[in-house]
Amino acid sequence: MTAILSTRDLRKDFVTAKPLFGEATVVRAVAGVSLDIAEGETFAIVGESGCGKSTLARLLLRLIDPTAGEVWYKGEDLASLPPARLRALRRELQFIFQDPFSSLNPQMTVGALIEEPLRTHGIGTPPERRAKVADLLTRVGLRPEHADRYPHEFSGGQRQRIGIARALASGPSVLIGDEPVSALDVSIQAQVVNLLEDLKQDFGLTLIVIAHDLAVIRHMADRVAVMYLGEVVECGPAADLYANPKHPYTEALLAAIPVASYGARAARTMVEGDPPNPISPPPGCRFHPRCPYATDLCRSERPALTDLGAGRSVACHRAADLSLDGLDDVAQSRTPAARDRFALYARAMADKPHQKSPE
Amino acid sequence: MSSIATNPAAPETLPRRQSRVWRKFRSNKAAVLGGIIVGFFVIVALLAPFLPVPGPAVTDWGAVRQGPSAAHPFGTDEIGRDVMSRMIWGARASLTAGVISVAIAVLIGVPLGVLSGYLRGWTDAAISRVTEALLAAPFLILAIALAAFLGPSLTNAMIAIGLSAVPIFIRLARGQTMAVMTEDYVESARAVGLTHLALITRYILPNIFPPILVQSTLTIATAIIAEASLSFLGLGQQPPAPSWGSMLNVAKNFLEQAPWMALYPGAAIFLVVLGFNLLGDGLRDALDPRDH
Repeated sequence: MTAILSTRDLRKDFVTAKPLFGEATVVRAVAGVSLDIAEGETFAIVGESGCGKSTLARLLLRLIDPTAGEVWYKGEDLASLPPARLRALRRELQFIFQDPFSSLNPQMTVGALIEEPLRTHGIGTPPERRAKVADLLTRVGLRPEHADRYPHEFSGGQRQRIGIARALASGPSVLIGDEPVSALDVSIQAQVVNLLEDLKQDFGLTLIVIAHDLAVIRHMADRVAVMYLGEVVECGPAADLYANPKHPYTEALLAAIPVASYGARAARTMVEGDPPNPISPPPGCRFHPRCPYATDLCRSERPALTDLGAGRSVACHRAADLSLDGLDDVAQSRTPAARDRFALYARAMADKPHQKSPE
Repeated sequence: MSSIATNPAAPETLPRRQSRVWRKFRSNKAAVLGGIIVGFFVIVALLAPFLPVPGPAVTDWGAVRQGPSAAHPFGTDEIGRDVMSRMIWGARASLTAGVISVAIAVLIGVPLGVLSGYLRGWTDAAISRVTEALLAAPFLILAIALAAFLGPSLTNAMIAIGLSAVPIFIRLARGQTMAVMTEDYVESARAVGLTHLALITRYILPNIFPPILVQSTLTIATAIIAEASLSFLGLGQQPPAPSWGSMLNVAKNFLEQAPWMALYPGAAIFLVVLGFNLLGDGLRDALDPRDH
C-alpha cells in the first residue's frame, strides 16, 4: 500500500481562555491519531458527534494547526510547512464542507466561486478558466449558464454540487469531505454520493469521508476508521469491519443502524448514555464506562491500537476473547427510508459495471 | 453518468438578491420618504449655483431682517442677506461635512477594525483599548475638543468629526469581521489557498459592507448635527460662508424680532437628519439577510 496521506500521533487540544482564578480547561479533541491513507482509496472516518472526526479532517489539511504530531503528504510534513508552501499545496488537497448553505460566499457568483481556485493558483488564462468552469459545472450535473447566478438561488443539493466543483477545480489528488451529504435530503444524498464516486473514478481521486451514517459509509468506503473521544479505536477494510467488528464500540455503532423490525431493534440496543466529557476523559480505556464487556484492566489501563493482520487494527484489551456481532448484510436490516435510498444507489450503480455493486 | 444527468433544473422562481433588497426597501414607506428627503437636499445643494436666488453673501441694506415675502421667500437676515439662498448654500456645507467626515471615519475605522478582528491577539488588544478610551469621551465633546485644537474652519471641523466617529466604525468592523470569520465560507477560502489580502478583500469586506453602509447613513445624520453644533460655536464654517449651524448662531440673537432666521435652518437640520435616519433604518431592514 502506498500511503498518499499519513498522520503520526496527531493531536489537537482546544484550550479555553484562562479564568481569573483556576486553570484553563483543555479539551483533547484529537488525542494521538496515526493513520495511513492509500492512494486511490475511499477512506471513511466514523464516530458519534463530538468524537473529533471533523477536527481530524481539518487537521489533515491543516485548516487548523495541530498541537503536536505530523501529517505527511508526498514527503512533506504539512504540520510544519511554511505558509507559502502550504498555500501552494492546497491545490492538491481539497475540502468539501458539510453545510452547503454556509460554505459558499454569498457575495460571489457560482462562476467566480468555481474559478477562484484556478485564479488563486494561476492556472490557465481567463478564457481557459471560463471554459474549465463550464466543464466542471457540467461534470457535477449543473448547467454552464448557472455560472452567472448566486449561491442562494440554488437548492441544498445543487449547492453541494457547486462546492464539489469548486473543490475539484484546481485538480486535487485528495478530496476530504466533512459529512458531505448529511445536511441533504435522503434522496439527494444518494445523488451526491454517486456523484462523488463517479468523480473519484474520473479524476483518480483519493477520497476521505467523515460521516456518522454507517449505511452510507458501507456503500462508499474501502476502509473505515472508527473514532471515539479523539482516538481511533478500530480500523480496517469496510466489508470485514462491518461483518466482524473487533471493538465493542464498533459493534454498538453497527447495532445502532436503524432497523425495520421492532424485535430486532430491542435486542440490539446495547450502549446507553452520552460519551464522557472530553475535558476529563475516564482513565483506562475511554470507552469503558459505556462498554458492556469492561473489566478491571479496561478501567485502569489504556489499550493501544494493535495490528491484527489483514489490514485490521483495534484498541481493545479484550479483542482476542470477545466474539462481537457484525452486520453481514446492511441491506436486510433497514428502515423503509433507508431501503428507498439504497434502491436509488442500486439503480445508479446498474449503469456502471466498472464499479463494485451495491451490497 | 446517468445519476449526474438526472439532476433537476435550478429553481427559476427565486429572484436575485439585489432586486429583493430593492423591493423590500421600496415597500417601506418611511425609508422611501427618507430617501426622498435626502435626495431633495442633495439635488438642491448640487444645483445651488444654478438656482435663481441672490448670492448667499449679497447684502441688501434696504431689506434687513425682513419677514418672508415674494422677493425673499424665507426672509432676510441681520445684514439683508437672503435666508433661502444661504440655506441652499448652507446645505452644501452640511451635506459635505456629513459625507466627508463619515468618509474619513470609514476609511480609518474599517481597516483598523477589520485588522483587529482578523488578526486578534495583541493587535486587537491594542486597537480595542484605544477605541474604548476614545468611546469613553462623548462624541460631540470629542469633536469640539479636536476642532478647537485644530483651529476653526469647515475642513478642520470635518476632520474633527471624522476622527471622533472613527471608534464607532472600528468597533462595528471588528465585530462584523469576527462574525464573518466563523462562517464556513471563510474556511473554504483558506482551503482553496487564498492569501490573507485576497481573503479580506473578497470574503470579509463584501460581507461586512451592508452593516457598514447602514451605520454610515446613520452617522451622516449625527455628523450633520455635529457640524451644525461646531458652526454654532464658531468652530466650523467661517463667515461670510453660510452653514445652517452658523445661521442659527446669529439667529439666536434675533429670535424675537426675526424668528424666521432660526426657523428655516433649524427645520432644515431637523429634516435632513430625519431623512438620513429613516434611510438608514430602511437600509438596515432591507439588507437584513434573515428574511431573505
